[in-house]
Amino acid sequence: MATKFNTAKTTFLERLHIDGFLLFALVCLMGVGLVTIYSSGGQDWDLVNRQLTRLGIALLVMVVLAQIPPMAYRRLAIYFYGFGLLLLLAVLFFGVIGKGAQRWLDLGFIRFQPSEVMKLAVPLMIAWYISQFNLPPRTRNIAIGFVLVFIPTILIAKQPDLGTSLLVASSGIFALFLSGMTWRLIFVITGMAGAFTPIMWFFLMKAYQKQRVLTFLNPESDPLGSGYHIIQSKIAIGSGGVSGKGWLQGTQSQLEFLPERHTDFIFAVFSEEFGLIGVVGLLFIYMCIIVRGMMIANLAQDAFSKLLAGSITLTFFVYVFVNMGMVSGLLPVVGVPLPLVSYGGTSMVTLLAGFGILMSISTQKRLMSR
Amino acid sequence: MPQKRQTIRDHTAEANLFARRTVVSIAFVSALMLVIIANLYTLQVSQYEDYQTRSNGNRIKVLPVAPNRGLIYDRNGIILAENRPVFSLELTPEDVDDLDQTLENLTDLMNLTENEIAEFQKARKRQRRFKPISLREQLSHDDVALFSAKQHQFPGVSIEARLSRYYPFKSALTHMLGYVARINKKDLEKLERNGQLANYAATHDIGKQGVERFHEETLHGEVGYQQVEVNNQGRIIRVLSFDPPIPGKDIVLNIDINLQKKAQEVLADRRGSVVITEPSTGGVLALYSSPSYDPNLFVHGISQKEYSKLLDSKDSPLLNRATQGRYPPASTIKPHLALLGLEVGEIDEDTTIKDRGTYRLPNVNHVWRDWKKWGHGDVDVTRSVEVSCDIFYYDLAFKLGIDRISDSMQAFGFGKRTGIDLYEESGANMPSRGWKRARFNEPWYIGDTIPVGIGQSFWNATPLQIAQSLNFLLNKGKRHVPRLIRGYMVEGNVDMLPIEMLSPIPMVNERNWDVILDSLYGTVNRPHGTAHTAFKGTDYVSAGKTGTAQLFSVAQDEEYDEENVEKRLRDNAMYVGYAPYNSPEISISVVIENAGGGSSNAAPAAREVMDYYFTEVKPKGIAAAPNVNNNDANNADTKRFVNPVTMENEVSSGN
Repeated sequence: MATKFNTAKTTFLERLHIDGFLLFALVCLMGVGLVTIYSSGGQDWDLVNRQLTRLGIALLVMVVLAQIPPMAYRRLAIYFYGFGLLLLLAVLFFGVIGKGAQRWLDLGFIRFQPSEVMKLAVPLMIAWYISQFNLPPRTRNIAIGFVLVFIPTILIAKQPDLGTSLLVASSGIFALFLSGMTWRLIFVITGMAGAFTPIMWFFLMKAYQKQRVLTFLNPESDPLGSGYHIIQSKIAIGSGGVSGKGWLQGTQSQLEFLPERHTDFIFAVFSEEFGLIGVVGLLFIYMCIIVRGMMIANLAQDAFSKLLAGSITLTFFVYVFVNMGMVSGLLPVVGVPLPLVSYGGTSMVTLLAGFGILMSISTQKRLMSR
Repeated sequence: MPQKRQTIRDHTAEANLFARRTVVSIAFVSALMLVIIANLYTLQVSQYEDYQTRSNGNRIKVLPVAPNRGLIYDRNGIILAENRPVFSLELTPEDVDDLDQTLENLTDLMNLTENEIAEFQKARKRQRRFKPISLREQLSHDDVALFSAKQHQFPGVSIEARLSRYYPFKSALTHMLGYVARINKKDLEKLERNGQLANYAATHDIGKQGVERFHEETLHGEVGYQQVEVNNQGRIIRVLSFDPPIPGKDIVLNIDINLQKKAQEVLADRRGSVVITEPSTGGVLALYSSPSYDPNLFVHGISQKEYSKLLDSKDSPLLNRATQGRYPPASTIKPHLALLGLEVGEIDEDTTIKDRGTYRLPNVNHVWRDWKKWGHGDVDVTRSVEVSCDIFYYDLAFKLGIDRISDSMQAFGFGKRTGIDLYEESGANMPSRGWKRARFNEPWYIGDTIPVGIGQSFWNATPLQIAQSLNFLLNKGKRHVPRLIRGYMVEGNVDMLPIEMLSPIPMVNERNWDVILDSLYGTVNRPHGTAHTAFKGTDYVSAGKTGTAQLFSVAQDEEYDEENVEKRLRDNAMYVGYAPYNSPEISISVVIENAGGGSSNAAPAAREVMDYYFTEVKPKGIAAAPNVNNNDANNADTKRFVNPVTMENEVSSGN
């Protein structure tokens, strides 16, 4: 590696352990988010200011986490995971119910969702566990890895929070995939998951979740009820056309036909106002971030860092895909925000915490021989 | 990849494995990105037009805008039906900070009743917060002034204006002019059948009676449309385009309001009707039915109590007696029968009968009496009309037979609707053999024919039919269709409608007309004429015929004694006449129910109207083309304006 001999000529960002390219792309996304929130929120500066505050806090968290060397994460992974599990159990017994789900812990001064912790704890844990062995790991270790993934996933799904459990599960599974589990095993597991689907449908899913899936399959069946969101969202996207209606000109959002328009459905607002051209531009930024993340993972020097970086990056993509998919009618509606664009605090902090870890991996390379 | 030991890690192999998995991942990610883009391409490019349409369907609403109803003028350009702004007090809940306090303050200011507040609260629960709700309809001028002065203290409360029909002459024109009232379910069904529903989408009222009803299509105009952008709650954000409504046409009637008012004055509280026409055109100058009522009551919805009062009244004020009242035409049709007798040759100018007060048919044990107990002595055809001899016409009817009478009288308009521009018209009845068979399943007896000679038996006619038959007579067979509408008011000038005529009544001997018209002259102007007393000393020369319709059958051996007959069974007094005799300008038909004899009751009323015409109406130039632009004080109120749409510009901000 060429960089490790050039430590004398470090820039300010490098000394801060910040990946300049990644930071630029992230800030671009945040800019898109602010512009769209301003439009979809009825040109309410308060909303923009609150989002700015959150972004500030989240960026601070990112910078702080970037200072911690990867080896520290590795050492703390198991404690972090254990702590997260305890919190999830606490939610199960003492959690606060809000919006029909038991997701929050009330600490007196703040309410927070322990499931957010798990979004980072699970990839940390899997990366730590798998990296102890030679890669590719043995099936037994993979199996244990799956158990480690599914304990928190099921706890979160029970809250119920389908979106988060999906993200948590995929973060762990990505780590296992990257570790080199055999293709044969992958097909077997995929087959098992397929077989599991009907069991989930009949025994695990709540009525409202089933309704979401049914609505997804045929939104026009209930255009004023549960199909309303997705129909209005598709109208917003479709009517945007190639070049969009223009900023602040999206009638679906400005006239409030579109629900959740500055949070989960902000992508519909963006598509309506900026059209296919804007959307392709936005996807390009996301793609840049993902490619950069995978580069960082490949350049990382140890298995733990590689798996962690790869997992964080691919989970980020799951956010993007699930959100865009649900807003444009490809996937059923699960509560996943469009990363760094949607209005909202918790997920923003978690996401940027992940990027903080990614930057730590990217910039804090130990001088060691392999 | 064989691997057994844990202790020695092959970092290069692991890095390569990881790199391969990275490539797979990136390929996977790229594939899914393409799926997203493909899906968006479908939505935004392939199905763009569909979604574009649905998006516009969401936000663009088309609101109908009601056209202004055409005004109605009399022949001199005096306004008979106008559109007046009515004011209502409205409150928009969204714009009011403290609703209870505001209502309390308003109650102090405007004396809101508990009922008004209760109605408001009921409406408030049903409506969106940004939609104004009416607190009080039809504010008085005082209310408007009172509130306007304090308006600044009541944000969110305002006075709204809308146009509403007003009939300034109130009860004088009711039956003829009719009225508009709120469109009801039956109206809607009818509009739907006629494919007019869309045209009435914004219209509040529809013509229910009279001219307002008959000329509804002309008066209504065509609906306009306003394209507005609305938000998800239906609030209007802005107006996108406006396709203005086409206002209804302004109608000019043949009516002369002064003559109409005179007719009302003359009848006063008596039941009956006055129909005045212009024989040269068929134009109706006045058409009044008594008793009348105020049509304005119906415009804003009449109360059940008031309606019941009208409906249940023994005097049937809702009936248009002039066109729906079915009266035995009595002696008013004697001239027509005489003409028929002359025409078919059953009688000639010199035919004379001896009237001793009674008439019998051979082999029939029934006596028909003359109204004059001792008879009129020797009577020829001219004198028979002048003195209204009954015996002459019993005999004539017998000679003519029902078939010839029925056919001929139908040519004079009896038994069928005149075709005046009113839906409230009866054809009344001209009896015939076929009619009696159909109605009673009985043959026509010869005894039925005899009273037909004096306009009784099963014969009945509306005052308008009687007036029309007189016009046919004095026009020597030319037949004009009676018309209320004269034309359209276009920029202050009258755009006249053509005069409508039917084919004339053929007459073999033209002189017969002169004989009959002379007898009508004699009725008024010869000392023995039945209308001579009533028309003594007029400045004009008129002609006419009295009539006294018997409603009460006097038993064969009894005499009719006015004092002993209950008021409602007393004779109807009738008079038909025209003037000037040589070039008729007006003709009149007067019917006064249960008033007694025609010469002493109806004829004086007719004279009063005629006098008024020649002293007051004619000198001012009847039928002069009106020009309403220069002197009409009502102009300010009749200006058209387009219904304003409430603009609400603020877009609510987020949640």
